[in-house]
Amino acid sequence: MIRCKNLIKTYKTGDIETNVLKGVSFEIKKGEFVAIIGPSGSGKSTLMHVLGALDNPTSGEYFLNGKNMFKLSDNELAKIRSERIGFVFQSFNLLSRATVLRNVTLPLVYDNDVKKEDRNKLVEKALISAGLDKDRWHHLSSQLSGGQMQRVAIARALVNNPDLILADEPTGNLDSKTGDIVLETFQRLNKDYGHTIVLITHERYVAEHADRVIELRDGVIISDGSSSKSLLKNK
Amino acid sequence: MVFADLLEETFLSLSSNKSRSGLTVLGIVIGIASVITMVSIGQGSTKEIENSIQSLGSNLLIVTPGSQKSYGSMVRESSGSANTLTLNDVEAIKSEISNLKTVAPIISTRKQVLYKGNNTNTSIYGIDSAYQGIKSLETSLGNFITQTQIDKVSKVAVLGPTTRDALFGTDVNPIGMKIKISGTEFTVMGVTVSKGGSGMNNSDDMIYIPITVAKHYYTGNNSVSSINIEVSSANKMDKAQEDITNLLLARHKIESADSADFSIVNQADVMETMSSISGTLTLLLGAIAGISLLVGGIGIMNMMLTTVTERTREIGLRKSLGAKSSDISNQFLLESISLTFLGGVIGILLGLIASFLVNKFGGTTTVVTLPSILLAFFVSAGIGIAFGYYPAKRASTLNPIEALRYE
Repeated sequence: MIRCKNLIKTYKTGDIETNVLKGVSFEIKKGEFVAIIGPSGSGKSTLMHVLGALDNPTSGEYFLNGKNMFKLSDNELAKIRSERIGFVFQSFNLLSRATVLRNVTLPLVYDNDVKKEDRNKLVEKALISAGLDKDRWHHLSSQLSGGQMQRVAIARALVNNPDLILADEPTGNLDSKTGDIVLETFQRLNKDYGHTIVLITHERYVAEHADRVIELRDGVIISDGSSSKSLLKNK
Repeated sequence: MVFADLLEETFLSLSSNKSRSGLTVLGIVIGIASVITMVSIGQGSTKEIENSIQSLGSNLLIVTPGSQKSYGSMVRESSGSANTLTLNDVEAIKSEISNLKTVAPIISTRKQVLYKGNNTNTSIYGIDSAYQGIKSLETSLGNFITQTQIDKVSKVAVLGPTTRDALFGTDVNPIGMKIKISGTEFTVMGVTVSKGGSGMNNSDDMIYIPITVAKHYYTGNNSVSSINIEVSSANKMDKAQEDITNLLLARHKIESADSADFSIVNQADVMETMSSISGTLTLLLGAIAGISLLVGGIGIMNMMLTTVTERTREIGLRKSLGAKSSDISNQFLLESISLTFLGGVIGILLGLIASFLVNKFGGTTTVVTLPSILLAFFVSAGIGIAFGYYPAKRASTLNPIEALRYE
């Protein structure tokens, strides 16, 4: 599903080169729920940008569902994002003046392969999967609570049936109770619908909700294994 | 991204900030409306000038006397005041120049006119029978002066409507009444239809009498004040003008045209001069209005740039959801085009209303032509593209990662 080999990302600021990723290699299988954990500056955000086709790596291999993602043009990256990747952000990033339905429709608007008449069906399916009550669907997204907003964002990430859902600190702006609900939603999507999810966080507690935890520090992987919770579960 | 979605997104974002969108549109509305109104005033005055020149008659040459400018004399009397043109010249022109339709000599003067207690000072035109045809004069009451009356030196007068009003009051039928022009009694036999001219040659404020009478009672000699000549067709005007000049030079024994004791005004030349003046006027008015349109356009650009900055995160989000750069730039471009389009439509309507009101209450003729509307419309759409392009380009080139991080 995802195969990364020796990913290197270097940023240049003037004459100074900063190596953010220093050779990261891992594989993620279809249907896995993986957390990438690390302190700030560990390179986890950069890794997410590369995995999310927002940026090209400086060198190394990255295959997403068999497609070589090396040195793609901006438009090719946009197409990958449109068809294969769903993002969930820390700050939700919903269009506040648009309704819930319109927000979830947005990725389909940019995907020319989805017919207009199929949209509503896909949007409804995604909203049901994300667990948002039907009576909220016609509300403006600014009228929702934080937990509801994040579920709208999750539905938006699901709607084009992506290969990969990337969640960047999805609980960072939520209190622990609603955070738990959101994490349970991810777990349910993973278990019940078989979505491949990569969750990026700096909190161990959040990472423990995944099946596998990849720990990153200073641009290299320092550990990669099953999370303690899933170990507990397996026992 | 299909066009319907683009429109929906545009509508959403413009309607979400109604007051700002409204104020920006207002700039364009004022610009377009003032262009339409100003140009309509300019074109109205062009048309008015053309009409008033046309009303003098068509293919007209007007010969007026002027004293010969001799060496050593710095004095030149005003044209028309000299006695150098005579009825003999008129006869010579009639018999020797070809391609002339009518030749109408006029003896004009200003006199005090009296009817009972009312009196007025007005132009008296001594005319012959050809004059009516040249000026296409018609009478609203009574009849015009006939050839018989000219031959018999009858003391009859036809009044312009303004003169009639001054002497008799409006809506009075003066036919058969006696008026005194500088002491001589005339019988009123007609009133002309109003032609609505203004200024010195207002044909409404005038009294027409037979030329023979004017000669006998007011000049006492053979001289005429001007000769109106109608040429048979427009393309023979120049030739006729040249022939008449040569004939009169020969008759007056003057060698060079520079020292001629008469002048010939070609109606077409007058029209051309006047048209070019009012054309410049139209251009000037249009340019002034155009500046306000430009300011409106800059307003659009300012708003769009602010919007792009404000919506940086949104742009980043859209890109992360799969929007291509072109999707983003199309959206912002369509937003600015929509604003100017809306402003253009409202501005055109407002301009039409304004020019109608100016026409009705402002005392100036206004003419709104289709080209000026189309011009205004396409200029406004063009402004949308021109001033929206840079902000749209800026939005589309934002890096999605940085845009998402933007606070």
